[in-house]
Amino acid sequence: MLPITYYVGLSAVLFIMGALGVLIRRNLIVIFMSVELMLNAANLAFVAFARYYQTMSGQVFVFFVMAVAAAEVAVGLSLIVAIYRARRTVNVDDLSEMKG
Amino acid sequence: MTLDVILFFILALIAVASAAGMLLSKNAVHAALFLVVNFATLAVFYLILGGPFISMAQITVYTGAIMVLFLFVIMLLGVEKLRGEDKFPWQIPTAVVLAVALLIEAGYFLFFRRVPVDMSGTASLPETFGGPQAIGSTLFTQYALPVEIAGVLLLVAMVGVIVMTKWNEE
Repeated sequence: MLPITYYVGLSAVLFIMGALGVLIRRNLIVIFMSVELMLNAANLAFVAFARYYQTMSGQVFVFFVMAVAAAEVAVGLSLIVAIYRARRTVNVDDLSEMKG
Repeated sequence: MTLDVILFFILALIAVASAAGMLLSKNAVHAALFLVVNFATLAVFYLILGGPFISMAQITVYTGAIMVLFLFVIMLLGVEKLRGEDKFPWQIPTAVVLAVALLIEAGYFLFFRRVPVDMSGTASLPETFGGPQAIGSTLFTQYALPVEIAGVLLLVAMVGVIVMTKWNEE
């Protein structure tokens, strides 16, 4: 069995790539995909620690994260569809009505 | 042991490369497909880490339901071509600097602050670890209330989505 550090390190790298995606991409849908990547990176750390401590709780938490992510994706994508219908764009730089 | 290491690094390479592909692709459909590859790789990791049920749930929920929903919305809106130009030229360098700082911080805490924990002593797992039966009995005894709350949350999300789409059609 590999040291848990490998898995946690990979999880950190994937999380940072997701955060980078949120920062550099300007398309709402791609930003949303990057958030999903961050959630999955956290899930990997959960499963790795569940394996290390030999407890089911980590995997149960991953299950809950998946349920919450499903709800989040449904609501988020319907919000994106609503924004696109109102503004005809999904580029965050064009959605600046609240800018002072 | 060496086989484990080789397998881990091949899978990690696929995961990181597909995440990078998602970050860099100019087409939203390609980004979604890269993310599907990434999620499938994570499902294999879950299988290695002794979570067969979570692994299958990852395949069905993430690569199945969630990414299909993403692709559906991309094609519904017809926004697969992404614009290249940026309004703020300093944005990407700043983001990269921040990400590298975060990576250095994470690496410091992972490799220098704490002694790396070794899993060699925990090689053997119980036969049923991570199976549907073990997950189910934990879910419905120890975590019964969170299961109910998650159910209510999914119901509220469903109702919310329906209300938002209806409201837009008026």
